[in-house]
Amino acid sequence: MENITQIADVMSFTVIAAGLLIGLGALGTAIGFALLGGKFLEGSARQPELTGMLQTKMFIVAGLLDAIPIIGVAIALLLIFANPFIGQLGG
Amino acid sequence: MAEHGGPATMTDYIKHHLHHLELPVGEGRFWVLHLDSIFFKLLCAAIFLYAFLRVARRATPGVPGKFQCFIEMIVEFVDTSVKETFHGRSKLIAPLAITIFCLTFLMNFLDMIPVDWLPAAAGAMGVPYLRAVPTADLNTTLAMSLMVFLLIQYFGVKHKGIGTFVGEMFTAPFHAPGVVGKILLAPANLLLRLIEEAVRPISLALRLFGNMYAGELIFVLIACMTLGATLSSGLTYVMAPLQFVAGFVWTAFHILIITLQAFIFMMLTIVYLSMAAEHH
Repeated sequence: MENITQIADVMSFTVIAAGLLIGLGALGTAIGFALLGGKFLEGSARQPELTGMLQTKMFIVAGLLDAIPIIGVAIALLLIFANPFIGQLGG
Repeated sequence: MAEHGGPATMTDYIKHHLHHLELPVGEGRFWVLHLDSIFFKLLCAAIFLYAFLRVARRATPGVPGKFQCFIEMIVEFVDTSVKETFHGRSKLIAPLAITIFCLTFLMNFLDMIPVDWLPAAAGAMGVPYLRAVPTADLNTTLAMSLMVFLLIQYFGVKHKGIGTFVGEMFTAPFHAPGVVGKILLAPANLLLRLIEEAVRPISLALRLFGNMYAGELIFVLIACMTLGATLSSGLTYVMAPLQFVAGFVWTAFHILIITLQAFIFMMLTIVYLSMAAEHH
């Protein structure tokens, strides 16, 4: 275990990276979802007969929206629990 | 979970769950077939075809059974989505849309099966690794999106003619009145078009893959909460109910995600194809 400081370095940077991946992704999505939901409510309050159509379209955009952060979350979880870089150090 | 004789530590357990059943067919890491993805995709396709063929053969105009009602609901739902978006006439889009929707949903639905059941069952039969969800494999989603990409090009050529199709590559989205302006804008137009076309299959594939991969990984992490637990340790009695609650909440949320992602894959396919068929 002569490279234990290197492993500790990799671990600490990995945790920071995972935090940034999840946190910044969540920040962007939160703003996006707030805008999306707000506009949807506004639109359906102005024209209630269009609510059904707007809801379908809102779900499409919602699905587009949560794809990017979920990819970030997947990478972050992979980095935390099955870190590929520590394996490269041979630790 | 660990009583199947599986790996003991958490990292090994996760790595074991993220390992495909591989069959090397050539040199290097690139020429590897993921047998589990192929098997489960074919299985899903068989289930889908069997269910729909059975209902179509036995369809009755009288009082339909519950299963026929269910299939009719799906068909009508996809039909309205296609009609709302695609205004031309095509015999291909609606069947393609319903195939993509049902097949993607069925493949995603394998995520709902508890994470240890299928690998443990395969392990008992002597198969070392198994990943059940084909859509959590980038190869599957990329294959699907590449087929959609080829269909987009085919649709563009078929509906506009090869001359307009190639011409549009150089004249849209920026238009110029004179000949000199057209020639000047042609490289920028071509570049934008190439980027636009290349981004579509990649984003389509990565979106589905990312969602399913994250979902699977979170299920594995929930399974890790009682990994190697014993009845004599006090922590087990705290973690076991917690694991149940977490698993329940994530499953309920994930049902929404798998349906939504199947729907989005279908919807974007329709949108891309109708964009390809329309003139600029």
